[in-house]
Amino acid sequence: MSHRGSRVLRLDALARVEGEGALHLRVHDGTVAEARLRIYEPPRFFEAFLVGRGHTEPPDITARICGICPVAYQMSACRAIENACAVTVDGPLAQLRRLLYCGEWIESHTLHIHLLHAPDFLGHPSAVELAREDRAAVERGLRIKQAGNAILEQLGGRPIHPVNVRVGGFYRTPAPQELRPLAERLRQVREDALETVRWVAGFDFPDAVCGHDLLALRDPGRYAIDSGTPTAMAAPDDSDAEPGPALREFPVTDFEQHVHEEQVPHSTALTAILDGRRHLTGALARFAISGRWLHPTAAGAAREAGLGDPAAGTVCRNPFRSIVVRAVEVVHALEEALRIIDAYEPPPRAAVDVRPRKAVGTGATEAPRGLLYHRYALAEDGTLSAARIIPPTAQNQSAIEEDVRRAVQSRLDRPGPAAGDEELATLCERAIRNHDPCISCSAHFLDLTVEHT
Amino acid sequence: MDTNTNTGPDTDPRPTLAVWKFASCDGCQLTLLDCEDELLALTDRVRVEHFLEMSSAEGPDGERADLTGRGPYDLSLVEGSVTTPEDAERIRHIRRVSRRLVTIGACATAGGIQALRNFGDVAEFRAAVYARPEYISTLRTSTPISAHVPVDFELRGCPIDRRQLLEVITAHLAGRKPNISGHSVCFECKRRGTTCITVAHGTPCLGPVTHAGCGAICPAYGRGCYGCFGPSEGPNLRSMVGQLRHDGMSERDVLRVFRTFNAAAPEYAPVPDLTAEAQDCPQDRTGRTDTTPEGPV
Repeated sequence: MSHRGSRVLRLDALARVEGEGALHLRVHDGTVAEARLRIYEPPRFFEAFLVGRGHTEPPDITARICGICPVAYQMSACRAIENACAVTVDGPLAQLRRLLYCGEWIESHTLHIHLLHAPDFLGHPSAVELAREDRAAVERGLRIKQAGNAILEQLGGRPIHPVNVRVGGFYRTPAPQELRPLAERLRQVREDALETVRWVAGFDFPDAVCGHDLLALRDPGRYAIDSGTPTAMAAPDDSDAEPGPALREFPVTDFEQHVHEEQVPHSTALTAILDGRRHLTGALARFAISGRWLHPTAAGAAREAGLGDPAAGTVCRNPFRSIVVRAVEVVHALEEALRIIDAYEPPPRAAVDVRPRKAVGTGATEAPRGLLYHRYALAEDGTLSAARIIPPTAQNQSAIEEDVRRAVQSRLDRPGPAAGDEELATLCERAIRNHDPCISCSAHFLDLTVEHT
Repeated sequence: MDTNTNTGPDTDPRPTLAVWKFASCDGCQLTLLDCEDELLALTDRVRVEHFLEMSSAEGPDGERADLTGRGPYDLSLVEGSVTTPEDAERIRHIRRVSRRLVTIGACATAGGIQALRNFGDVAEFRAAVYARPEYISTLRTSTPISAHVPVDFELRGCPIDRRQLLEVITAHLAGRKPNISGHSVCFECKRRGTTCITVAHGTPCLGPVTHAGCGAICPAYGRGCYGCFGPSEGPNLRSMVGQLRHDGMSERDVLRVFRTFNAAAPEYAPVPDLTAEAQDCPQDRTGRTDTTPEGPV
């Protein structure tokens, strides 16, 4: 049944997301008239105070935008500065960067899966209550998370705001024998990661389809993490469309010509759109665009979990299943980390020389929650004259709002007893958490207002 | 929500913990979730009443948590700095409902990197980042929690150190003062057995004036300390600035390295003048007696 008249729901403090935001939902005669993600995370003006800093400073400074994905910020910053200075970091240094990034993927995804997202599916307010019912599952998650952090600690010095990253490479690179105990720890959680895929694949998933264009980096031959070309897959016109529509790509340097940031009055975050259309970045987009290059163990786990065959270009458009895709990505990141360690030969130098020059550079990498773009303009002595950062959550905001609208509408349309405010609030939060939003990044938590009019 | 919880407010003897966020990156509260070995054991000993990043509910009846919480709390951990009028009001409320209040990290303790605005024009910053600056409401300065309410303990670091956080919580549970020293990173380097990178390689390093707590990570990675834990007790900045200049940092580099995550720490206020002095008196550049760490153990 539908409510006659107007109804407003306010969710003033979204929990289990990174940062602070609120949601305002207005329902009129049983139709969702408005779903507005209001990000009130206080603005911190990073782009403004980067101007006038040195070209070696963005990795450390921009890491402080997000304590959950500092490596993503460091990697996009390094790529952009190196691009401006016409320097390519390759070989073992690039492999070590990818290893560090795998550590962050494992840590961040596992945090999201076990501590933030899984409680939604099992009806608990937090992992602490979940642990009372299934302590083994939470402990398994904590073990995997710890292994991810072990990579960050070994290679970066510490898990949050690693100190060992610099433009051009690292301050110190490890000897191969230093990485062996790390490999041992990663091997110990391989089975835990596969068990996690099986665990989350068994959750109940509401029917839902996200009709957004998908945007991810694509790096043929491998599952893009730290490199690749921005590539978009258009939303199917209807949910029955054939999977695997044509891809279109554009160079990172043209990113801002395609992805426009706009400001809306209800938010301290900027909202971005792709060529005039709503788009989504993150695990679902990566899986659709790069799935064929998943490690065979991860691809096997995906098939067993009912996601379809990544080798055949399967696309998962149910945002609730993103938890399964993240679990598959954890398996991949573990295998990739082990591959890098096994093949590692120390580079001759810890960093390549990056001489500043007057130029503009751009860089993009795949943060755990989606594509993260940086642009810097350098003066001749390396002083930054401009900085632009487009974080994944700013890109995902419109898609998240649309998902919330659809989820609530589909509940309102369901016959039977009408949904109460608490049920709707919970549903909204779930629709938001599906995309692991990092609100600190986009300004930039949630506070829900539902207005029934 | 979970209705099976058996921990009623009157029967649960555990002390209550609340975690709060102000302007910040979430990294310091994440440090609590990074205590993988201790997290579940900790929640057996303390009742985590309010922690939005971890739980959507507050209290034994599992009601939805909000931004201000219900309280009272035995221990509040506060991350982030105050940058909006609403947050200035919220911290006063949190202080009223908290028996003890501990700030965690550089933002809450010194204003954080966002305190760089204190040295610039916020209107200009706002215009640089946002096309419609009129939508954004913010204070002119980013200030530490202690500028607004009395604070029982300040834990340093950008980010805080996991072991130190556990020490603060454990000390609170035991009703004692946290065993956290105010000495410099140099002490930790020696304890770790790291060769002094300034002495051995002439690498500029803020270790002599930087608060200990990280475990002296940077020098162990061949990098000079960059001061993310903020000033140690009674830092000799005159000598430090001279040493940094001696080790090859330009005046601009010295200013930049102090203008980061603890930029608004009052101890750093004389740095611009000292840097200009070091420029005028080149002989100061060799005055390395009281800043030079004693070298490797």
